[in-house]
Amino acid sequence: MWTIAGEGIHPTDRKSETSSIPVSEIKPPAKVVIPLSQHIGAPCDPIVKIGDLVKKYQKVGEAKGFVSSPVHSSVSGKVVAIGRFPHPSGNQSNSVVIESDGKDEVIDSLRENSDYLNLDPKELKDIIIGAGIVGMGGATFPTHVKLTPPKEKKITAVILNGAECEPFLTSDDRLMVEKSREVIEGMKILMHIMGVKDGHVGIENDKPGAIEAIQKSASGTNIKVISLAKKYPQGAEKQLIKSITGKEVPSGGLPMDVGIVVQNVGTAVAVYNAVRYGIPLVDRIVTVTGNGINRRGNFRIPVGTLLEHVISECGGLAGEPGKIIFGGPMMGIAQYSMFVPILKGTSGILVIPKGDVVLEDFRACIRCGRCVQACPIRLLPNMYSILGEAGKPKEAEEYYVLDCIECGCCTYVCPSRRPIVQQIRYIKAEMRKAKSKVA
Amino acid sequence: MAEQAASEQEEKKGRLEEPAPKLILTSSPHQISQDSIERIMWTVVLSLAPASLAGLYFFGLGALYVLIVSVCSTLAAEAIYQRLSGAKNTVTDGSAAVTGLLLGLTLPPGSPWWLCVIGGFFAIIICKQLYGGLGFNPFNPALMSRVFLLIAFPLQMTTWPVPRALFSGIDASTGATPLGELQIARLTGKGIGKAAELNIWDAFSGNVGGSIGEVSAIALLIGAAYLIYKQYITWHIPVSMIGTVMIFSGIFWMIDPSKYANPVFHLFTGGLIIGAFFMATDMVTCPVTLKGQLLFGFGCGLITVIIRMWGGYPEGVSFAIVLMNIVSPMIDRYLRPVRYGAVKKVEVRS
Repeated sequence: MWTIAGEGIHPTDRKSETSSIPVSEIKPPAKVVIPLSQHIGAPCDPIVKIGDLVKKYQKVGEAKGFVSSPVHSSVSGKVVAIGRFPHPSGNQSNSVVIESDGKDEVIDSLRENSDYLNLDPKELKDIIIGAGIVGMGGATFPTHVKLTPPKEKKITAVILNGAECEPFLTSDDRLMVEKSREVIEGMKILMHIMGVKDGHVGIENDKPGAIEAIQKSASGTNIKVISLAKKYPQGAEKQLIKSITGKEVPSGGLPMDVGIVVQNVGTAVAVYNAVRYGIPLVDRIVTVTGNGINRRGNFRIPVGTLLEHVISECGGLAGEPGKIIFGGPMMGIAQYSMFVPILKGTSGILVIPKGDVVLEDFRACIRCGRCVQACPIRLLPNMYSILGEAGKPKEAEEYYVLDCIECGCCTYVCPSRRPIVQQIRYIKAEMRKAKSKVA
Repeated sequence: MAEQAASEQEEKKGRLEEPAPKLILTSSPHQISQDSIERIMWTVVLSLAPASLAGLYFFGLGALYVLIVSVCSTLAAEAIYQRLSGAKNTVTDGSAAVTGLLLGLTLPPGSPWWLCVIGGFFAIIICKQLYGGLGFNPFNPALMSRVFLLIAFPLQMTTWPVPRALFSGIDASTGATPLGELQIARLTGKGIGKAAELNIWDAFSGNVGGSIGEVSAIALLIGAAYLIYKQYITWHIPVSMIGTVMIFSGIFWMIDPSKYANPVFHLFTGGLIIGAFFMATDMVTCPVTLKGQLLFGFGCGLITVIIRMWGGYPEGVSFAIVLMNIVSPMIDRYLRPVRYGAVKKVEVRS
């Protein structure tokens, strides 16, 4: 069942298929492909050469500039190639390929801090930069950049995003249930860095286990757990801020414009691991699910593991695959190759069998207005779709197309099956092109 | 250099490995709702079933005949046009059936067959297909066609058989509709007198003169409730349209009840209910925003009252909705929802 509730949708979510499966490890991969671009910002420069022996947690790519983030090896072994390899974004990316020696030997220079809350915020931020931490909700914006607002922006609260509104995905849910203490400790570090007293953890109310666990770990602190109505896209940054604080991030602005810093729960755990144990971000929890896979579940997977390895570790494909999605079904990216690596921002792998993929011709807009009522930003998606189809991207500007967060609600509800989000992406791309021509 | 070559080899291998298995690539989202044009249109047809049955009950087989000929005409018109123009046949999408059924329901019971056929072809070809088909028509095809018939064939369009029970034999007696009587009383200048007296139960159930589908309020409301429950229409247009009619007619009734009919009379007579719930809410021709829909309904109600009170026609619902269809695109353009974060951006930088 689904309903349109105005400003958002209630898609079939099928989270129950994996939400009670504890996180487990998979057999370590024999080879990892570590892209030097796993974040929004400048790609890293490789700092290893072919033939080098590397240890687990060793830095293999150095950040280039402030809006960038280093990458580390998730195995110990030998660098066998550096070059362009398939990347989940649909392109190819410069990557470091490491053949594992199976020993998982760790570098010796891990710096532990048991008294981390007495460290200077500057020092903590340096640890986060060095650990290559990026937003793990999927947007992969370098975390330290978000933690460094310009001086005139007064930050009043940190919000941890545990909404996990994407259908099918349960990796954050499991993380909160199993690592609630680490989530809260990471949150304390984030609040200490920002110098704020208020902290909120927003969790959709379909995850009672996570709410209970986080509440327990947060007792006696300033951190409040907020139970949010279940509604897609509750976990989109702007919607989350509105739900928790009642404030709207100004159009074209950032959460810091309303004094808020939002981080994903997974990011908080990565921050804790980096600060407490000196461990960089080299693995993450991934939900593997969908009708096209034999064994569903939540797995801790080293960054750089190839999709093919994960699939075979999950019992292989069930029948002929149609689409393989990195992320969830609403905003995830369809993969073109079985040889793309898991990234820091890969929250899920959704395998849709060929028989379940519906490819229909779209039809004319019948102006039913469902997309308008479903749009969480209260835009007119019907107009983007019509102007996009007519090849008039310029006119879409007048309808504030740049405010669109591409959540997919409009396309989900469209009875004419119009690829509205795709048309919006086309419009945005055309606008970027026009802008770069002018510049 | 050897290492470089090895690296390139590895890279090539990566590329070679790509093709199998073939994966489908599309832009997100990868999950969509089950709703479709077909489902929406056939649900609207279903929601009109109670009103159709009520028409059949009160007007007998003459009503059934009109409905069947109307629906067949619109389906045939759609099929023929699409065959001749080489367009994809969309007869099964239900939109032509909705148009035909709505047209039939707004015709007098016992209308001649040629009236239904002309109406059906005019609705589909002139009012819909010539604009580009479903989604591109600026006017509600059924209503526009009805307005055309009303102007072109005034005699046939205002011959109202008196309701009588189903299967009670052929009965040729005709009478005026309550709104028609009101207009005669109004135009003769003698005051409305008894014309505005209405048996509420008869009007609510449908035992009054009028078009096949407009007479039974209860049957229409059952269908409308189903559409609202299915979320295929929202309350905004019907409530603002009917509310506007009742408030304006109420004001004039309070000023001079001897000259103006009471609001309940206006509610239950003519095509207000079928118009507000089934015609004005036509997705293609009403505004897409909820605010716009409220304004649209207000305009429909206002024009209806003006025509009913001072116009040359006894009934104004069809004209009101078609006239408001003209301004729908304009309403959409200027009455947009306030978008998230539309406040003026706080500029702190000096």
